[in-house]
Amino acid sequence: MASLVIAEHDNASLKDATHKTVTAAAQVSTPVHVLVAGENCAAVAEAAARIAGVEKVLLADAPSYARQLAEPMEALLLSITDKYDAILAPATTTGKNILPRVAARLDVGQISEILKVISPDTFERPIYAGNAIETLRAPEGKKVITIRITAFAAAGEGGRATIEQIVAASDAGHSKFAGEALSKSERPELTSAKVVISGGRGLGSAENFKLLDSIADKLHAAVGASRAAVDAGYVPNDYQVGQTGKAVAPDLYIAVGISGAIQHLAGMKDSRKIVAINKDEEAPIFQVADYGLVGDLFKIIPELDEELSKRGYK
Amino acid sequence: MKVLVPVKRVIDYNVKVRVKADQSGVDLANVKMSMNPFDEIAVEEAVRLKEKGKATEVVIVSIGPQQASETIRTALAMGGDRGILVKTDQMVEPLAVAKILKAIVDAEQPGFVITGKQAIDDDANQVGQMLAALLGWPQGTFAHSLELADGSARITREIDGGLQTIEVKLPAVMTTDLRLNEPRYASLPNIMKAKKKPIEEKSPADLGVDITPRFKVLKISEPPKRNSGVKVSGVPELLDKLKADGVI
Repeated sequence: MASLVIAEHDNASLKDATHKTVTAAAQVSTPVHVLVAGENCAAVAEAAARIAGVEKVLLADAPSYARQLAEPMEALLLSITDKYDAILAPATTTGKNILPRVAARLDVGQISEILKVISPDTFERPIYAGNAIETLRAPEGKKVITIRITAFAAAGEGGRATIEQIVAASDAGHSKFAGEALSKSERPELTSAKVVISGGRGLGSAENFKLLDSIADKLHAAVGASRAAVDAGYVPNDYQVGQTGKAVAPDLYIAVGISGAIQHLAGMKDSRKIVAINKDEEAPIFQVADYGLVGDLFKIIPELDEELSKRGYK
Repeated sequence: MKVLVPVKRVIDYNVKVRVKADQSGVDLANVKMSMNPFDEIAVEEAVRLKEKGKATEVVIVSIGPQQASETIRTALAMGGDRGILVKTDQMVEPLAVAKILKAIVDAEQPGFVITGKQAIDDDANQVGQMLAALLGWPQGTFAHSLELADGSARITREIDGGLQTIEVKLPAVMTTDLRLNEPRYASLPNIMKAKKKPIEEKSPADLGVDITPRFKVLKISEPPKRNSGVKVSGVPELLDKLKADGVI
């Protein structure tokens, strides 16, 4: 039949997570269709139509989809899932919020956060904070899947999919959007940045956490954090890297003042190169670090900043 | 209003998991088990609602082997009123868990269900959403804060870009994120008191739910190993190496 990808977007721009989900979808069932549900999101649909390998874009443009709340999205998806044998979304907070509802209503299990498509019915996914990898085979019937976006390459551009408007499904109206407080940043997104610099409890305060900013600017890095730093209020929740926060896999991950709890390692150990800066040479983070620097981060960070300047990083 | 809190007995979050050599699973023999940390947060939130007079009764439910009753006891010691153990030694997939919970909700008629956003063993992050869908209820997942009013709940959620606030009509399902609260430790007198609180036992069959697994687990394997690298002497050496690796 075909697979359906739920587009990740903010009504203005299409997120890279969609391109990665298209890659996974093409390995499960073709052709690949993309659902863009939102409000005033025609530009997003046009961007989705340009993804290589996408045959058709379904555009549901209505006020009820402006925030992609789970309940109206469930109703919309159930009105179109007949035509698909696989429904996929990125394992973002949006995808994770919506898709289990759809799976339950279709009476199928969901396969969460897959790392690999072994065959159209067999998948690998992490369990126990990534300390074990489960290979499982799905039964006949529809497959409902979320994908770990760092595990798939983004589908390229160059597609010329048709765009079909679809009508909104009726929704009971049990939920409504009441506000948001989004972190504003000029930096790259954590989950797609090539370089990530993260801070932990060792930074000691919200004020000190800003020491990482100058280095992040020079390396065009995203800034992340351990759970301890978020719990302590140094940075907002969306900085959290780990088992239950965001999974990242940049070319370079710099962990500053992070001891390396299992739960944190789960979110970053697939990074290509890992640097750990910590005063405790026994800290578990050094067991996964390619390069370890033992010492006082309050001396090392300014020195790193200065040395980067000297070498021409601005 | 009655609040239902599903809790799961899982491997303790401090334990380093070992995969069995025959790839049939992970080694759980003699391993410390605890309440799923997100479910502890759910219990705490429900107990606080009761303390504030917004909940009348907190019912704890767990699905698992006989030992899951210990997990229920822990929740009762934190302030839950009574427990329901749905006893099975089988692995229960999230969809079946949601169906069992739906049957319990149908019988108990709570006005609010609070549970953890995910269990730290299978990391599925599905049950709360599935339960809400099966009941036709709205949901507030990944909750960061909660304000309960008459007939509705205002839930602020931890989302990828920051925080989002939604309003849902009750009854509803809420799943907890880490910042919702800091769970209390049960005091010794409360642990003693919890021993006298009732725990009712049921089986999935009593509730009319088929828990036969849908998926076939082919193997459980070790993730790719990372070798620990080298200690560098200082910042210049570090940057030289990163440059040579082509990552800066």
